[in-house]
This record gives sequence, C-alpha cells and structure tokens, in this order.
Amino acid sequence: MNTKDAVYNFCLRMADNNLISGQRLTEWCSRGPILEEDLAMTNLALDLFGQAESFFDYAASLNGNVKSADDLAFLRSERQYYNNLLVEQPNGDFAVTMMKQFLFSAFQKLMYEALTESNDDTIKGISTKALKEAKYHFRHSSEWVIRLGKGTKESHERVQLAINELWRFTTDMFEMNATDEELISTGISANLETIYGKWNFVVGEILKEATLAIPDAAKIIKGGCNGMHTEHLGHILTEMQYLQRAYPGATW
Amino acid sequence: MVTTGAHLTRKMVWNLLSEIPDPDIPVISITELGIVRDVEVLQDDKIVVTLTPSYSGCPAMQLFKEDIKAVLRQYGAKEVEVKIIHSPAWTTDWLSKEAKEKMRKHGIAPPEDWCGTAVKLFGDAKRKITCPHCGKQDTKLTSQFGSTPCKALWFCNGCNQPFEYFKCY
Ligand SMILES: [Zn+2]
Repeated sequence: MNTKDAVYNFCLRMADNNLISGQRLTEWCSRGPILEEDLAMTNLALDLFGQAESFFDYAASLNGNVKSADDLAFLRSERQYYNNLLVEQPNGDFAVTMMKQFLFSAFQKLMYEALTESNDDTIKGISTKALKEAKYHFRHSSEWVIRLGKGTKESHERVQLAINELWRFTTDMFEMNATDEELISTGISANLETIYGKWNFVVGEILKEATLAIPDAAKIIKGGCNGMHTEHLGHILTEMQYLQRAYPGATW
Repeated sequence: MVTTGAHLTRKMVWNLLSEIPDPDIPVISITELGIVRDVEVLQDDKIVVTLTPSYSGCPAMQLFKEDIKAVLRQYGAKEVEVKIIHSPAWTTDWLSKEAKEKMRKHGIAPPEDWCGTAVKLFGDAKRKITCPHCGKQDTKLTSQFGSTPCKALWFCNGCNQPFEYFKCY
C-alpha cells in the first residue's frame, strides 16, 4: 500500500471512530440521568464530531475533494466504515455508556498523544488539538467508572456487567492491517501494540480503583479496521444517513 | 476606522477583524480570542485570512468564516479566502489579560493561572474558581460541561449565583 492510500484509510478510521461514537452519545440527548450529564454527553459528542470533521476534511483533500467530507461521512456503506467495534455497541444503561466511553477515551488519549509526534503535519495538528479534548473525556468517564464502581451495590453490579459485556470488543482497537504497516514505517502513525501495552496499564489502574474485575479474554471479536462490523453499525447508519439518502444533495 | 474605497493593507484588515465579536462572548473579538493566525494581502485586493479553531467542534467556525468574508468584502476586498490550520493548536494561554478581564466583567470566569498543570481525578471538584460576580472564592463545580464546549458550570456560595467558567485548553 502506498503512503497516500494508507493516510486516507487511517483518516477514515479515526474519523469513523469519532463519528459513530458521537452519534451514539447523541442518543442520550434529552434522556440523560441528570441535566449536567445530558449536557456532558452532548458536549462530548460535539467534540467528537469536530474531530471527525477534521479527519474527513483531510481525507477528502487527499483525493482532490472528489468526494466531500460530507459524502465520506454520510454516503458510504457499512463495509466501508473502519471504526472500532466498541464504539458501535448499543448504549445500554448509563453504566454501559460510561464504560464504553472510558475504554474508548483511554485509547483516544493515548493515540492522540502518539500522533502529536506524527511525521504528517496535518495529522499532527489535528491530534494536538484533539488531545486536549480527549483528556477531558478520559477524566470525565474515569470519574464515572470509579463513582459507579464504588457507589451502591446496584451501581457496582451494573458497571461490572457493563465491562463484562464490552471487554471482548476492546482488543479490536489495537488490530493492525496493511495501513498500519505503511504508516508505522513512515513514522506517521504509532504501533498499536505499544499503545495496547499503555492502555492496559492505564485502564487497569482505574478499574482497580473502581474495585471492578477485568473479565476473561475469551470470545474476542475483531474486524473493525477491515470493515467487518457487528450488526449494530447497519442500524446506526440507517438512521444517520436517512436524510442524505432520501434527499440527495439536500442543503439548508 | 477603515473607509471604503482605499486598498486594504494588512494592518487595516487586522483592525477590521478586531471588530468582529465572538458570538458566544460578544465582548471579545476574534483577534483577542487568538484564533486569527495570519493575514495576507495579495494582488488585486485578494485577502487570505488564516484561522485556527478554538475547539474541534466549535460551531462558530462557520460563522467566523462568513463574518470575515462579509466584512472584508464590504471594505473593498475582491476575493477573500479563509484558511483553517490546526497547528499550532489554540490554547487559552493566547487570551490576553485584557481579554480575560473583559470576560470577567461579562460574567464569565476566565481561565485561571494554573491552566496547564495536571489535574488529578476528581481534582476539579476541589479547585476554587473566583466568582466573576462577587469575587469570592467559595465556589464549587456543578458540571465540567456547560452551554458551549469551552465552558464549565460553577456555583458561588458567596452570592448564591451560578456562573460559567472558561475552561483551560
Ligand atoms: Zn459570587
């Protein structure tokens, strides 16, 4: 794979993670357990959409804007999305959502940290900006995981159930393909194995603090970076792309 | 004030831009906010303005672009291009002392001096932000997220008023 194609694929992966994660968070809009969290989750989503837009813009520019950032966001089909399986999982209760945010934002934070050293100036710039936001996201979800873990018997049980359900999707975030090979060799992206080591440490510390047990690594499910998804992504896209599909080229 | 008809110079463009307010905090202009990174005046009254977003998802960016184009065209620019760059990333450190003071008078607590120092988990709840209404420090965090991505919600026990705090980035 040549470098340009690899950067393009990588930008889509980063953008898709942000877009799908943000889309899931907006499902909480007006349904948050308290007003402050309703605001928090929609604000997190806004940050994620902004990061998605930056990566989509860059991807589009690499191909001479033949497809616009909007086309990339809204007019691809399921197998052409490269987001990680974790972010497309249903929100469940607040504990599942916060656990999902926690596992994902820990990854995002480490990823952006590594990308601030990227040899690609645009990726470096977007990541330097996004890292500041990812730090807030990671702190917010870490605090909730600890609060729920050390809260009541019920909150502890629910957040433990959440990690039991989500853990099998976490290895997928660190799966690499030809895109990564090319970008590691050119110093544009990071080796995800290195990130995995750091992620295990960071996540482990918080889970310990939250008195939560890490589930067995059985039944690992992977494939996101190659466009292989769980059934949930199709449902998200159906809703998210409805307007663009029903009214092609609609503007307002 | 710039008059119409004359050819725009770099300095005139900066002056014009310094009159465009931030829609969320209208007492602060986009130049005081620090998002205008460069101005180039090219041949035939073509102007290139370089911006950097304050936040990735800042919904005001589109508005800034439109405002800049409208204002510069009004003063004789034939063509205006607004470029977006991401590096170096915007930081609250770029807010001037004057800008921070204007913010405080507007009822928004500006970023505190300890911006940039590491915050421990649950550390925000232990911080004290000076209330922009009464100046007391008996305040507490209500939510790290507020009406816009750049602000957190706080409450002052001194004057029993909620207020917004412009977060460190
Ligand atoms: Zn007060």
